[in-house]
Amino acid sequence: MLVDKKKTKSAEVPTSSLADIAFLILIFFLISSTMNVDKGVTLTLPGIEQETKIKSKNISNILISAEGNVMFDEQLVDIPVIRELVREKLYENENQIFSLKPVAETEYEIYIRVLDQIKQGGAKKISLAEPDF
Amino acid sequence: MMKFSKKSKVTSEVPTSSLPDIVFLLLIFFMVTTVFKEFTGLQVKLPTAKEITKLPGKRDVANIWADRRGLICIDDKIVEVPEIQGVMWDLRTRAINPIRVTSMRIDKQVKMKTVSDIQQQLRKADCLAINYSAKVGS
Repeated sequence: MLVDKKKTKSAEVPTSSLADIAFLILIFFLISSTMNVDKGVTLTLPGIEQETKIKSKNISNILISAEGNVMFDEQLVDIPVIRELVREKLYENENQIFSLKPVAETEYEIYIRVLDQIKQGGAKKISLAEPDF
Repeated sequence: MMKFSKKSKVTSEVPTSSLPDIVFLLLIFFMVTTVFKEFTGLQVKLPTAKEITKLPGKRDVANIWADRRGLICIDDKIVEVPEIQGVMWDLRTRAINPIRVTSMRIDKQVKMKTVSDIQQQLRKADCLAINYSAKVGS
């Protein structure tokens, strides 16, 4: 009998495809990683000599009180409703301007919520009125 | 006579097969240890909004922080309200990376008087494109 016939198995892990695997992982992470991007509500301020008078029928006045109550054209409304009101106004007149007027004591959070609602309604012309001091 | 011709032949090559490994290790080391320049600013709680746009980048953006204590800070420098106009004018007209957008990072609880004061200063400095920094949410 042949006893001494031994199988010599190579004990090495095949490494030729290691580079391929590494590249696959690299590309996966390149695609799936996101950079930390700043986001926010964009607005363009008027220039210092750009204050213009507009016919009052083309303006919707939105007043915000210090307590966070919102008045849309002399009517007290809830903040989430503003979006629909803005859409209705734009449907009637696409050149409607929305004048946003907070008072000095209004909190910034309320202001951003209202501004966000106006933007969600699709308004392009937003005017910022000076708070009365 | 003795034979002197028996020389030991030593190869004078540096082994280069592990060079890529070393390069990769260095690459990973520097990737991990690199910190991007970022302004720390003031501690603010940003409001949330839905209708949100992204800023064009970081290089040509000026950051203004305003916190609930009433401090105002432009790119890591504490300023008073009347100084904003001058600082912003310099940032907008500098030769390298002049700013195009101003990112307003204002705390939720800041009163509109402060916000309006800052905006008046920005208008005087002709920095008209602004972005109220906000978190995504309802």
